[in-house]
Amino acid sequence: MTSPEQTAPARGYDWPRALRAGAGAAWPIFLGYLPIGAALGVLAQKSGLRPFEAGLMSLLVFAGSAQFIAVSMLAAGAGASAVVATTFVVNLRHLLMSSALAPHLRGVGHGWLALFAYGITDESFAVNHARFSRGGWHWRPALALNQSACLVWVAATMAGAWAGRFIPPGAFGIDYALIAMFLCLLVFQLRGRRHAITAAVSGLLAVALSLVLPGNAHIILATVLAATFGSLALRRARGGRGGPKEGARIP
Amino acid sequence: MSGGSDYTLIVLGMGAVTFLPRWVPLFALSRRRLPDWILDWLDLIPAAVLSALVLPALVTSGEPRHLDLLRPELGVAIPTFLFALKTRSLGGSVLLGMGLYWLLS
Repeated sequence: MTSPEQTAPARGYDWPRALRAGAGAAWPIFLGYLPIGAALGVLAQKSGLRPFEAGLMSLLVFAGSAQFIAVSMLAAGAGASAVVATTFVVNLRHLLMSSALAPHLRGVGHGWLALFAYGITDESFAVNHARFSRGGWHWRPALALNQSACLVWVAATMAGAWAGRFIPPGAFGIDYALIAMFLCLLVFQLRGRRHAITAAVSGLLAVALSLVLPGNAHIILATVLAATFGSLALRRARGGRGGPKEGARIP
Repeated sequence: MSGGSDYTLIVLGMGAVTFLPRWVPLFALSRRRLPDWILDWLDLIPAAVLSALVLPALVTSGEPRHLDLLRPELGVAIPTFLFALKTRSLGGSVLLGMGLYWLLS
């Protein structure tokens, strides 16, 4: 990967330029994170967390969906192990994003890789992967994008938690922020018929399982079953072992 | 709500279990590739998990849960979903969903 095309833009991305490029590319993410982070902060405040505690969660976890779920579970009196296990399951999807980004980050030092990994979210993945695929992107602006998005996330959470006490419960439909965010992220994931069918199967299975299972077990069960069904159907459609070229194509 | 030190431990645990799936593939795959069938499977996980998270929240309620198709959650979800399909705007979809839900409830 040390072709001239790779080293030329690399040399062009010194840190000041990388920070500008990364934060510049992250603007749509900032716009998405501000209302969601603020809504999370308000919810956290309503469940009894102080701004500092809400900010600490955003800093250490930096994963929107999981944090909404964790806050509502904590408010409902769930135990520590249940909250941590649910967080793990909800965030397991980052395995895919990390795997898909890995080829673009060959040769990056282990410390930088760890820092980069911490900033992988649905949104930062989507923007960075698109930029890497288009070419001319580099791990430094990608890292700057991840970390600037995290800063905005933490700031928005703390601002929401601070302002939460001035906002009556249920105001502005804040309780719906999580569902609306999931719906839109789901739309982003419907990249073809196979994804749409898998999502439909998973959703219906989850509804059916949620009626018979207590807690949140239906989420991971439905997800694993539907993804297995979807990938088996794909292999069948391709005929046997299938084409490795198409298998290698990730979002 | 748990006490302060309990909360710190929970958040540290959440941070650790969130970091691992983000970091292990980056670290392990700098030299190696996952088999295609795993990549296929992983590629479907986000769509599956988001759908499994959101659909029960729209059509079930109560504890123990039962089917309930007349919830404002479902009524708001339809225009929000269509808006997201059309605009692909995360911030806009969230604000629209919140606004409609606020009006309805």
